[in-house]
Amino acid sequence: MQRFVALFESLDRTTKTNAKLEALVAYFRAAEPADAAWAVYFLTGQRLKRLVGTRELREWTAEFSGLPPWLVEDSYEHVGDLAETMALLAPEPGPATDTFALPRLHELVEAKIRPLSGMQDDARKASVFEQWRQLPVTARFLYNKMITGALRVGVSKRLVTRALAQLAGVDPGLTAHRLMGDWQPTPESYRSLLLAEGEGGHDHATPYPFFLASPLEDPPETLGPASQWRAEWKWDGIRAQLIRRSGETILWSRGEERLDGRFPEIEHAAAGLPDGTVIDGEIMAWRGQTPLPFSLLQTRIGRKKPGAKTLENAPAVLIAFDLLEVEGRDLRPRPLRERLELLLDVVEAAGPEVRTSEAVAFDDWNALPELRASSRARGVEGLMLKHVDSSYQVGRRRGDWWKWKVRPYTFDGVLLYAQPGHGRRSGLFTDYTFAVHAGDELVPVAKAYSGLKQAEIDELDRWIRNHTRERFGPVRSVEPMHVFELAFEGIARSKRHKSGIALRFPRIHRWRRDLAVDDADRLADLERLIGD
Amino acid sequence: MNPPNLLLPDAGGLYCPAGDFWIDPLKPVDRAITTHAHADHARSGSGDYHTATDNLPVLATRIGEAAPHHGHDWGRPFDLGDVRVTLFPAGHIFGSSWVRIESDHGTWGVSGDFKRAPDPTCAAFRPAPVDVWLTECTFGLPVYRWPSPAQVVDEILDWWRECRAAGRPAVLFCYALGKAQRLLAELSRHADETVWLHGAMRPLVDAYREAGVEMLPTRLVSEAPKGVKFAGELVLAPPSAAGSTWMRRFPGHSAGFVSGWMRIRGNRRRRGYDRGFVMSDHADWPALLETVSDMGARRVITIHGNGEALAGYLRDQAMAAESWNLRASLGGS
Ligand SMILES: [Zn+2]
Ligand SMILES: [Zn+2]
Repeated sequence: MQRFVALFESLDRTTKTNAKLEALVAYFRAAEPADAAWAVYFLTGQRLKRLVGTRELREWTAEFSGLPPWLVEDSYEHVGDLAETMALLAPEPGPATDTFALPRLHELVEAKIRPLSGMQDDARKASVFEQWRQLPVTARFLYNKMITGALRVGVSKRLVTRALAQLAGVDPGLTAHRLMGDWQPTPESYRSLLLAEGEGGHDHATPYPFFLASPLEDPPETLGPASQWRAEWKWDGIRAQLIRRSGETILWSRGEERLDGRFPEIEHAAAGLPDGTVIDGEIMAWRGQTPLPFSLLQTRIGRKKPGAKTLENAPAVLIAFDLLEVEGRDLRPRPLRERLELLLDVVEAAGPEVRTSEAVAFDDWNALPELRASSRARGVEGLMLKHVDSSYQVGRRRGDWWKWKVRPYTFDGVLLYAQPGHGRRSGLFTDYTFAVHAGDELVPVAKAYSGLKQAEIDELDRWIRNHTRERFGPVRSVEPMHVFELAFEGIARSKRHKSGIALRFPRIHRWRRDLAVDDADRLADLERLIGD
Repeated sequence: MNPPNLLLPDAGGLYCPAGDFWIDPLKPVDRAITTHAHADHARSGSGDYHTATDNLPVLATRIGEAAPHHGHDWGRPFDLGDVRVTLFPAGHIFGSSWVRIESDHGTWGVSGDFKRAPDPTCAAFRPAPVDVWLTECTFGLPVYRWPSPAQVVDEILDWWRECRAAGRPAVLFCYALGKAQRLLAELSRHADETVWLHGAMRPLVDAYREAGVEMLPTRLVSEAPKGVKFAGELVLAPPSAAGSTWMRRFPGHSAGFVSGWMRIRGNRRRRGYDRGFVMSDHADWPALLETVSDMGARRVITIHGNGEALAGYLRDQAMAAESWNLRASLGGS
């Protein structure tokens, strides 16, 4: 793991995207596939499950370093990161176990870390102590992060994708596709990441990268002739991809989480679809002809195996709005109108819980503002505008797909800082700061402290205490992991904020557990709303 | 029962009633013993200064020579009032001392600042037995352990080489007194290039050079011809210059910071330096403990920095230990 340690150090040292990209490319070029596979795994934000709890880590640190527990606590208070505190408290190994003796990254993970999960407490401790005795300080820090399931390296999945695409000499969209879904850190899957275009296939469960609409800030007539555009309601549910291949149904969220088992009625309805079908759509709570509020759908998200009562209270459907694959053929390069025609045919074979929705008819652009204004009454978020000839692209690309939401504006932000609230909420972490992506950084754009339910506040409070990265007085920075949808009333430029923008009345709309950090919005998305 | 205290916190430093002098006072007093020339130990305005002979030129550069300065050789006792004072090298910066005070009520030692790691610019810390040891505690937590200076010098050289290969200026921030000269001396063992200096570094580098400390040749940035971009050159600057308009002279530079605080990742990241190099002129945790034992003290008092942890740790080891806050004495008197 010597190379991985060096990579971590160079990524940690710079805030410049190009320097990070260079370091990543150099690493992937030199690393053995078995190690590089794990590097991809960690760098793209996947994590092992927590194998050692924070209390254990504290106790073991005291025992290992021979320091009294209170001094370990004082040190932690000072450093602000438990994994780092431990790494700093243990003496450096002697020259006999210099960096030359460092284990390979894949050996460490596969032979030393993963087996911890099946071990008795004493054996786990002995195994961890053995690593602590051997690993020098940075390697020990990374090891501690891995066993506590908290290793994050400060690069975005997009940047890792770019580095791998550069090395493979393929379009980043293809690399993004290869990385989708349940990517396994094996040398084989790493090698297939680097194949040339046209080589290699995908696992049958691999989803396509989602194509995301950009917020429309100019009036729609600037898009050109209305006849070239299709309007759809923007549904307020969970964006999902339904895969029917090899006689199996797989449901993916936009955050690349498998939703299998959570929506049995949709899976059941999809069983009629022919093999080699992939549908893009929105999971909605739905009764008869009417969409139900998102809060009802929320009762379904956390349930791995919903009971009869839950199914009855919040029945779900998939609104299919695009077809990405038919008869095993990748349709994404085909124009939207062609994909939609095929979609209508394909969906015939499914049960009623997989359904299409009609386009919103409009003759000219003048008809649209009134339709958009009716969104709230219809239980939708606004309108989608899609060019009828648009291909299905990768990620957020401006030009062919737009979302035209009703006010209030909303965006998806990443929880970055938290501090205790006042009065009734004092003692709980209830004041949050949210950030969006800017280049390769997360830049804070909004503070908000209302909008969550008490149970969510409690859950988040516990999570924050266990995942604090640094402390600045009462403020804690946390690992960027949770995404929230925030609503706000207005936006203006601001010199006082690092982000360069100020939002009016930001508040939390909801916790987007279905989104990963990479899915959060970009600063540029917000900047474009200025002057809207 | 303990005999009465030979020293008390006063005027931001320590007052010795039996000898009627202050050690490292921050406010003007009649008679000061000055351990070394850092601003948190040496202030102008006092009547009389006693310090190590080696420290005289450095101290003069920092506080001027308005009042009489008395130089004392290390290890040679002198009497002040009813006590006998001896200065010993502290290994902190050039001319730095710790102070031993012998009296009828026992022997006390005051550390000023000190370190135990090798430093080519100053005499090594010399331990001597005391009953009570007043120790600085700038890095008084066990997370502070220094890598060997040789290793850190290698890291700095590698970084400088990388900068040179990339055609970027290498701007190294460090304290102007002590650290800058230590770096120039360490680097002179591996390189012979001229290093560029921020103006604030000049008088102190000159003072070291005149005292015979061997260092890399230096030039002032202000003396460089117009249009020079310092590509691949090493520039030393005090931390206060970071983020100032002066930095515009070094387009595309990489910024490093040499300090014990760089041991903590959060400090490195928050301060926004590209590189942090862990080298300190203070004792790390193991050196603080080692020194307590080397001095053979029965009682330890921590001064300077947050000393509660070290005092608590020593009490856990059944030693008499407490923490004194010298700064607090500024408010009262
Ligand atoms: Zn000092
Ligand atoms: Zn000091």
